[in-house]
Amino acid sequence: MKWLSWRILLIIAVIIPAVVYVLPTFKPTMWPYNQINLGLDLQGGMHLSLDVQTEKAVESTMERTRSDLRGRLRAERIRSVEVSDDNTHELAFRLINPDDLTGFRNLVERNHSELRILSEDEQNGEIIVRLGLTDDTARDVQRQAVRQALETIRNRIDEFGVAEPDIRVEGDRRIQVQLPGVTDTDRAKELIGRTAMLEFKLVDDEHSLQRALDGNVPEGSEILYGSAEGEEGRQPFLVRERTILSGAYLDNARVQIDQQYNEPYVLIDFNREGARIFEQVTAENVRNRLAIVLDDRVYSAPVIQERIAGGTARITGNFSTQEARDLAIVLRAGALPAPVDIIEERTVGPSLGQDSIRQGLFSMLVGGILVLTFMVIYYRAAGMIANLALVLNILLIAAGLAAFQATLTLPGIAGIILTIGIAVDANVIIFERVREELRLGRKVASAIEAGFNRATLTIMDANVTTLIAAVVLFQFGTGPVRGFAVTLSLGVLASMFTALVVCRQVMETVYVSRRMKTISI
Amino acid sequence: MELIKPGVNIDFIGRRKIGYIISIVLIAAAILTLIVNKGPNFGIDFAGGTIVQVRFDGAVELDAVRAGIAEAGLEGVSLQTFGAEDQNEFLIRTQAVLDTGDAFARDLTAELAAATGAEAEIRRVEMVGPQVGETLREGALFALFYALLFITIYISGRFEMKWMVSGITAGILIGGVVFLSRLQVSIPLLILAAILITLVLFWQLRLRFAMGASVALIHDVTITVGIFTMLGKEFSLPIIAALLTIIGYSLNDTIIVFDRIRENIRRYSTRLLEKNINNSINETLNRTVLTSSTTLLVLLALLFLGGDIIHDFALTLIIGVIIGTYSSIFVASPMLLLLQGTMPLEEEGEGLEDEPVESGTEAAAR
Repeated sequence: MKWLSWRILLIIAVIIPAVVYVLPTFKPTMWPYNQINLGLDLQGGMHLSLDVQTEKAVESTMERTRSDLRGRLRAERIRSVEVSDDNTHELAFRLINPDDLTGFRNLVERNHSELRILSEDEQNGEIIVRLGLTDDTARDVQRQAVRQALETIRNRIDEFGVAEPDIRVEGDRRIQVQLPGVTDTDRAKELIGRTAMLEFKLVDDEHSLQRALDGNVPEGSEILYGSAEGEEGRQPFLVRERTILSGAYLDNARVQIDQQYNEPYVLIDFNREGARIFEQVTAENVRNRLAIVLDDRVYSAPVIQERIAGGTARITGNFSTQEARDLAIVLRAGALPAPVDIIEERTVGPSLGQDSIRQGLFSMLVGGILVLTFMVIYYRAAGMIANLALVLNILLIAAGLAAFQATLTLPGIAGIILTIGIAVDANVIIFERVREELRLGRKVASAIEAGFNRATLTIMDANVTTLIAAVVLFQFGTGPVRGFAVTLSLGVLASMFTALVVCRQVMETVYVSRRMKTISI
Repeated sequence: MELIKPGVNIDFIGRRKIGYIISIVLIAAAILTLIVNKGPNFGIDFAGGTIVQVRFDGAVELDAVRAGIAEAGLEGVSLQTFGAEDQNEFLIRTQAVLDTGDAFARDLTAELAAATGAEAEIRRVEMVGPQVGETLREGALFALFYALLFITIYISGRFEMKWMVSGITAGILIGGVVFLSRLQVSIPLLILAAILITLVLFWQLRLRFAMGASVALIHDVTITVGIFTMLGKEFSLPIIAALLTIIGYSLNDTIIVFDRIRENIRRYSTRLLEKNINNSINETLNRTVLTSSTTLLVLLALLFLGGDIIHDFALTLIIGVIIGTYSSIFVASPMLLLLQGTMPLEEEGEGLEDEPVESGTEAAAR
């Protein structure tokens, strides 16, 4: 009897919390517990995998180091010429005077711990030194780039306004973004994927643009193209390579409407240092043009009329209000440290999600009714008990989903349906055993006892294997497939509990404690 | 009610040759299909590519849809209808990884609407880049391998009390596979080799239950993959999930029979092994058939009512459940005999005397 009451307590201890967890899904106002999460394939939304081009971050670190090093070489009066080649991961300097090598080495050692000397070759009395970032530095830069990209994307999405986005790093350089319920996927992708690298560069008006276009780009300058695509293509600009100011000095960005043309533009406020640099540059370059460059596109290149104090600038470019608003968002959130590529996208529209839920639930209902009917026909009264266990089973799976905040996906629903089929297995094993014992001439009570005892280990063994498969699946699977692994494991656990504990309790209460002489099985 | 009368005694073991022939033919056909087909048909999850599912709000001409797609600048795509006829739903698919950024959806819906005169709604976009496809493909293979491995460890542990031996074997195998996969060895070959080594080891160590179970599992997965490929279906992530489930399910069946075999060997230790195995299969036959029927019942509901996205998943499971049920009767159990047959008779008797010791440990564990 002691054993008996222990089992009843356990059943109560499982069922009551299960009901508590499940109810809010059907009646959200009931109490503040969580509803069952629906996966993107059921509620609609977008899943993106982004590849952060970390090598680009390494390249820009290299670029900064190069100009630092050049400045120091000049300061130390080490005469050198930079050897330019296509290898963006290496720097090469030609030392005019071989005696400077020691000085060069010392300089690098003292000021550039991030660099290491790859080779020193002597050529016609001159020495060519090649340098590269140390492995540690390169790794740090890459890791930092991914972390910063994650942070930036998170900020942008927060401003975009998505309920419960999920943004996480995956592997070395991938970022996974899940946006439930997003319908304007184009806009979301633009917001997330845009590098948003804002730069201010002086226009090079000393040299001829035409000659540069013909291939004679002067040292220290580059050709960039305009943002607007006119009839003759994009307008080219010859600008200085050096970036005077960048988005890093930005304090705020907001949308304003031009009173005169009734056109939206983005007004940016620099922080104190940015404002100081801006004031200085504009003072030094009155009458020159200043190009406002966003992601290597020139948005405008106004002539500096006078020194500009106060630290604000405006970005114009025939924006729609929404484009301007999105641009303000990405500028506020900051630039990505490196460009990102979308390497995986899975988008499900809300109507498809609805259809999937409807079809999934309908096939669950039909499958369930078929099995319930089958069990009653086959095992009669005992079949009813098994059916009770089956219904309880589904309740427990739903409660498990809500309690663990797992996500229900379309394959997840399939997992529940499959569980309905498999769940009766435990009962079938037990009932077949009981029947066998009865045929051997045992009394009802001892047949039930023996049936459960013998079946217990078999059921455990059989279910552990499905559980192993489900756990492996959970480990390897992504999104929807994971949802399947979750419902399958929950189903297996629930079916063991309902068959071995609940069914046993009911059968003992109905047949054993009332000393029934016959059993309908 | 009873489907199979108690006391039924079908001579499965006596006719095991028929089972072997059927299995060998099926496996050969599966392997042949895979060779002719140059491997399974990988869907975009594994091969990379793009799928766009579009629905129109009225009847449209296939040619008009094609024109709209071309107008939107998508090249080398195939177009097929999806779902029921009156749904006006299409699947646009291509091996190419389309750039789905930059107003992709906006442009495509606009062009499709202009070409067909019906409003287009993009219901689903799936784009998988080649590097992602490769990651997923490797992940899937590893998952299948690990599931097989862990399950066989469990079997040899539970049924033969050789946790240590099988644990060490598995540790070495996992270590080897992980190490070699770092060295850029072709992963499918690697896993094939690992599976072969596993089988040889089980044979050498005389782990007959584990051997029987793993042969049955490989049998089930190979045939299911073969039939699936024969039907021209594509492998996607959910299909791999279905295969893993089949591994779990088929084993479930096998274990029930093995459990009974173990029990009968212990109870009737003087009986011939053939007889014990055959009796066990017959005694559990009712359960085997019953559980498979209820499972098939719900899977059929899923196949016909669950919608197109889940259709192939349900189909794989149905094939797997049928093959798995067959294999636990005709493959896994007779395999026990096959291994037994390699031992001299005296040794066999010794082996049987060991059984009480085995059940002793087990009782303690219980």
